[in-house]
Amino acid sequence: MHIPDGFLSTPVWAALDAGAIVGVSVLSRSAGREVEETRIPLLGVMGAFVFAAQMINFPVGPGTSGHLVGAALLAYTLGPAAASFVMTAILAVQALVFQDGGLLALGANVFNMAFAGVLAAYLPYRLLRGGNTAIFLGASLSVLTSAALAMGELLISGVPIRPSLLMISVSLFVVSALIEGAITLAALRSLRALNPAWVKTPGRFTRVETLAVGSVAIVLAAFGVMLASGMPDGLERLLEDAGVAARAKPIIRAPLADYEAVFLRSEWLKKASAGLAGLALIYTLCLLAGRLLARRGRS
Amino acid sequence: MHHVVLDHWSRRHSVIHARDARAKLAVAILLLAAVATVPVRRYVDVAGFSALLAAATGLARLPLLGLAWRAALVLPFSVAFAVMSWLSGDPGRAASLLVKSYVSAFTVVLLLSTTAFPDIARAAEWFRLPRPVILLMQFVYRYLFVISEQAQHMWQASQCRGGARRAGRRRHFRAAAGALSVLFARSYERAEGIQRAMAARGFGGRFVTLSRWRFGWADALFLAVSVMAIAGLRSFEVASWTR
Amino acid sequence: MDPVIEVRDLRFCYADGAPALDGVDFALMPGETVAVLGPNGSGKTTFALHLIGLLHGEGSISVCGKPVRRENLSFVRRKVGLLFQDADEQLFMPTVLEDVAFGPLNLGLAPEAAGERARAALRRVGMEEAAAKAPYHLSAGEKRRVALAGVLAMDPEVLVLDEPTTFLDPPSERQLVALLRELPQAKLLVTHDVPFARALATRAVFFERGRIVDQGPLEEVARRHGWLTES
Repeated sequence: MHIPDGFLSTPVWAALDAGAIVGVSVLSRSAGREVEETRIPLLGVMGAFVFAAQMINFPVGPGTSGHLVGAALLAYTLGPAAASFVMTAILAVQALVFQDGGLLALGANVFNMAFAGVLAAYLPYRLLRGGNTAIFLGASLSVLTSAALAMGELLISGVPIRPSLLMISVSLFVVSALIEGAITLAALRSLRALNPAWVKTPGRFTRVETLAVGSVAIVLAAFGVMLASGMPDGLERLLEDAGVAARAKPIIRAPLADYEAVFLRSEWLKKASAGLAGLALIYTLCLLAGRLLARRGRS
Repeated sequence: MHHVVLDHWSRRHSVIHARDARAKLAVAILLLAAVATVPVRRYVDVAGFSALLAAATGLARLPLLGLAWRAALVLPFSVAFAVMSWLSGDPGRAASLLVKSYVSAFTVVLLLSTTAFPDIARAAEWFRLPRPVILLMQFVYRYLFVISEQAQHMWQASQCRGGARRAGRRRHFRAAAGALSVLFARSYERAEGIQRAMAARGFGGRFVTLSRWRFGWADALFLAVSVMAIAGLRSFEVASWTR
Repeated sequence: MDPVIEVRDLRFCYADGAPALDGVDFALMPGETVAVLGPNGSGKTTFALHLIGLLHGEGSISVCGKPVRRENLSFVRRKVGLLFQDADEQLFMPTVLEDVAFGPLNLGLAPEAAGERARAALRRVGMEEAAAKAPYHLSAGEKRRVALAGVLAMDPEVLVLDEPTTFLDPPSERQLVALLRELPQAKLLVTHDVPFARALATRAVFFERGRIVDQGPLEEVARRHGWLTES
């Protein structure tokens, strides 16, 4: 999951490096108290702990074992801002000292794991108000998100990944994601038993935060669709090349087939509204699922 | 161990070792960028960059084969993707992946073999990288080996008490999770101990550093020569494989 | 002569209510070396932490005439140097020199002056060669000496050493003894190592369950509590 140097195309690594630097600077200004210098030893030692924890083997099947990645664990014990900082430091040390991941690609790795990975771990945790399902879900999503982003960056850079290999990679990602969920859950349970104060209880999603996350999602959907409209997906292109596309027959006529709501006229508006409709659907499902799980958790 | 060897090498003395860390970091990044920005199907000047790196290794009085071997860590990953590119009918990209990733890895290994990690971190801070991250990097580096050793001892002790064979997988999993949380607890206590030690020596909330940057004419010369060499190699295109 | 440390009726309970110190009276005179003996959990380390204001209990503690209170903490920490039991917790900077200079820099010295003080302290403990090394690469004895240098660089009047011989092999221990003998500061040795204490201290206090239950000449105190193995 750590991308080495030499794989990403220049626009990709340069943009992500710039983004990562800006992101960390913004974070250090806004995080303030969470990363004040008296807390640095604690955060540093926790970073070292994650490094060491990655060495511990967790048996998951005959002859196979998994390892902790740690973004979720850090997010649940230190809070998301501090977790992002610690992950960034860990990735930097890994890149420099162990050459695990490139230096120019560090921005991409930081974006994938320290920002997106931590966020993907923390949002479900916060949305579902903590609890075992949230932990498992958050940790799994964290690994899945980081891996998917890495794959995406490689694809955009033009690295050819054959469909068969893509499928294998995706299944491997899912397996690692599930392992991470299991390990993080087991570890957090033990931690809570040792000292409940170590695991942060997530506060309620404030109105402002819901609005912020919602707006970002909407903006992403709308503009992302605009960007994606012209170019066929990397995956689609591969499928085209491999001649698979012609053979794929629609199994179910989905009402929003090909991301176009037929009943609207403007091209962009069609796609954007379909994207937004999809988003609304996902949001509603999550909300209902969350309410259901929360109710079950309380009883 | 890999990092031990690099750390050991970084403490040697040579013309390169004595150079200012900021210059070395800047040159390394420049070299990485030069290699990375070569268009994929153009011929990366392997001979040129290799000669440059070999010359630097020689000046640093470091074993060329040793460094070459350590840089090869990146190869399994690159070879896999290179093979894939070749099979997808894109030999230009295959070559590009292999060459770029290896040359880049060698550059980083050379940097770490001629500059101690704390100096690299401080150089990064001089380049205005955010302070909390720099401090964290230094602390992570400082304690990562201590805690890894602790983890190793715990692991060995648990193996002595009847490892994976007899215990069921579930119990083993739970034991590993327990070990993780104990390691967490010890790390937390250690962090508290460090904070006490810092307070005991008058820590007032901000880390103050011993400034010892000194950029001399030798550093300026090193920087100038390196920049010219890299720029020259980069702009010189030997051949191009068109596609 | 006024005592450098004076403790009167010190009481302290942990957060869970367990009493750690139950009325401790103690005085340390300038230049004196006193051994603090007692079983594990008897309050010796807790006592030491109070002396530099890392813990705050009831009763009174004064260091060089000033009471140990929040407003005097920087003064107290300049006068009393504490050597922690775990050297790895004490050496947290990337290099030896930076670590030893940590104290002087916090005291407000300019970087050059702090560097000079650090080098002088390292020379005192015989570790000047290690200035550019990373703490991870030092042996237990070397770490102990560097930690001591870090404390000495602050120019204290009292040295409090918490189990200084842990993990030290006999040669390193002898080295430490020789080093400590040469230092003029008053010293408080919290230790289990009676031979070590014997080499340096004449007086001893014995802690038990949070109180000083015995004090006097080291040999007698140790013998009375079965801590002296007859040779």
